[in-house]
Amino acid sequence: MIRILHQIFRTGVVTEPLPAGVEAEITVIGARIEEQIRKTFHRSLTIRQVDAGSCNGCELEIHAMNNAVYNCERFGIHFTASPRFADMLLVTGPVSVNMEIALKRTYLATPNPKLVLAVGECACNGGIFGESYASLGRISNVIPVDAHIPGCPPSPIDLLLGILKVIGG
Amino acid sequence: MNTLREKMIAQFGTLACSGAGLYPTAIPMYCLPREEFNEAARSMKYSNARLVAEWAADETPLGRGFGIYACYNLGTEFLIVKCEVPADDPTFPTIKRKFVAAWRFERQMQSLMGVIPVGHPDPRPWIKFEDWPEDAWPLQKNFSASARMPRVEGSYRWIRAEGEGVYEIPVGPVHAGIIEPGHFRFQAVGEEIINLEERLGYVHKGIEKRFESLSWTDGARLAGRVSGDSTVAHAIGYCRAIEAPAGCAPPERGMWLRALMLERERIANHLGDIGAICNDVAFTFLLFQFHTLKEYFVRTNHRLFGHRFMMDRVVPGGVTVDLDDAGISEMLRELATLSGEFERLVTIYDENPSLEDRVKDTGRLSPEQARDLGVVGIVARASGLAIDSRVQSPYPPYDRFIPRVPVYEAGDVNARVWVRIDEIRESLLILRQILEELPSGEVRVPYSPPPPDRCGFSLVEGWRGEIAWWVQSGPAGIINRCMVRDPSSVNWLALEQAIHGNIVPDFPVCNKSFNQSYSGHDL
Repeated sequence: MIRILHQIFRTGVVTEPLPAGVEAEITVIGARIEEQIRKTFHRSLTIRQVDAGSCNGCELEIHAMNNAVYNCERFGIHFTASPRFADMLLVTGPVSVNMEIALKRTYLATPNPKLVLAVGECACNGGIFGESYASLGRISNVIPVDAHIPGCPPSPIDLLLGILKVIGG
Repeated sequence: MNTLREKMIAQFGTLACSGAGLYPTAIPMYCLPREEFNEAARSMKYSNARLVAEWAADETPLGRGFGIYACYNLGTEFLIVKCEVPADDPTFPTIKRKFVAAWRFERQMQSLMGVIPVGHPDPRPWIKFEDWPEDAWPLQKNFSASARMPRVEGSYRWIRAEGEGVYEIPVGPVHAGIIEPGHFRFQAVGEEIINLEERLGYVHKGIEKRFESLSWTDGARLAGRVSGDSTVAHAIGYCRAIEAPAGCAPPERGMWLRALMLERERIANHLGDIGAICNDVAFTFLLFQFHTLKEYFVRTNHRLFGHRFMMDRVVPGGVTVDLDDAGISEMLRELATLSGEFERLVTIYDENPSLEDRVKDTGRLSPEQARDLGVVGIVARASGLAIDSRVQSPYPPYDRFIPRVPVYEAGDVNARVWVRIDEIRESLLILRQILEELPSGEVRVPYSPPPPDRCGFSLVEGWRGEIAWWVQSGPAGIINRCMVRDPSSVNWLALEQAIHGNIVPDFPVCNKSFNQSYSGHDL
């Protein structure tokens, strides 16, 4: 136990302010965001992540958003296990033919009003997988999409900014 | 002891003609009449060989029918057995009764290539879902890659357990966490799982077919997205498989840098996994600690190589990045810091009895089961099998820096954590050696595609385990067939076995300790 406590105090708080370049942008949108989250989402924005056919690269970065360094919960963003509790769907991958039905059902199971964010190159334009017998390409080919976050994969900062922007309206 | 090669020659004599055009030529290929395909499997089984992969290729553009291939391994020896079957009678004898791993390989071959394993006990399609048209065999040459398939009515026959108190829990494809999609069906009595059946294929994106319409160089980008967490390993696998038949030899510095990136990928993923396993038994402290280490580690990748996961840095002919002296000393400093922090956390993991209580004896895969299933990688090494393709089939710089292979007998979640811990230590040593002795020179040579009808085979030890690639050239400088075997293709079978008798709430931690790829399996 003493080791655990020692390690906690040694580590301290590692959570970082967003990088200087984007910090200004954040302060501008920041106030609006907080107000927006308070008003529209009752202080917390709940996200359901859906992998519709991704290579797992985007998932690694979505995980990273939750690590202590980015700590997305400080902005009131958190991830839920069920679409029924979600305000937003974060969808990755080109939509595989075998995931089409599950994605549509997840979309329908999410209560209105809802936001859909297409995350990553493949979600935005089909990426290297394109459209084929097995891949339906971009997310908007299957469900309505409100905003896109490009990148292969987008970094945790790109993800945070993308989310903050879309809820900033 | 006889080698597999001697065994083949002794048993089949002149029947076994040595297959031409396979590279590296150190891995022999024998063509047999199809009636003997199963006999060869029997002979391999009795020699205690392991089935590495089984696959089919549509060779009609090369003037033949279908090629059925099986790759076997014993110790440091690898060998491919091939039989050719005519396009109008695409049947071959199943080898499933000799090798369990062939169960899904052959279902997949039948589903996607339309070749029929005669005598296979399970005709249910795999990857191909019940709503695909029955005659849709996408890997056949006459199937258009861009064809949209109509959805048809169909059903899947699940394995069902019955009896008093037996109930079923269906999970997925959309899971509770931030993970890839797949479907699991548990049959349970009370808390205890009596059977688990996996249904995969949700993220099938037609990767193998896609290769056939890409150029040889663009293929490396796609290879890097077979499984995003293993982007370096898969890109190396693809590049090595296409470099050998093209007579392309990447410069030494390029190969060393590939190994450097491969070991960095291993460390990053292992750090993430150990943290996530602790999280699944509610010890979130270590999750955040390990993930902080991982975050700093991947940032160094970004600073020095321009990408957090080093995607697209490995290309045919070498690598696109280089390290200067400042980069080398930065990495050496990082290794020293990481190693110290890491060991502190390992001590905490090791000395926590409540953690130990959850991970010991949980999700146990016995050494016998592991051998029968032919598992690879972390899963194999935690269940008593000393398999590591860096040792079994070494290429530079692994011919110099031979990793010590950690082997545990327990086969439980704890053993899979310890294999990862030992491997991080070993990778740190290898990285240090690479950085200290990095040869000078170019990092990349130009690449030009191989002549028609050649094939290349490669093995790479990714962080999950042995990855196998087989690429065949077609006429007019195109890729005729590209076969990918991720470690997950065999290791998924082991999860079904390891879960027996565990309680339902322990499934996440068992699953995480295997951490198999869905995308790499579904392709």
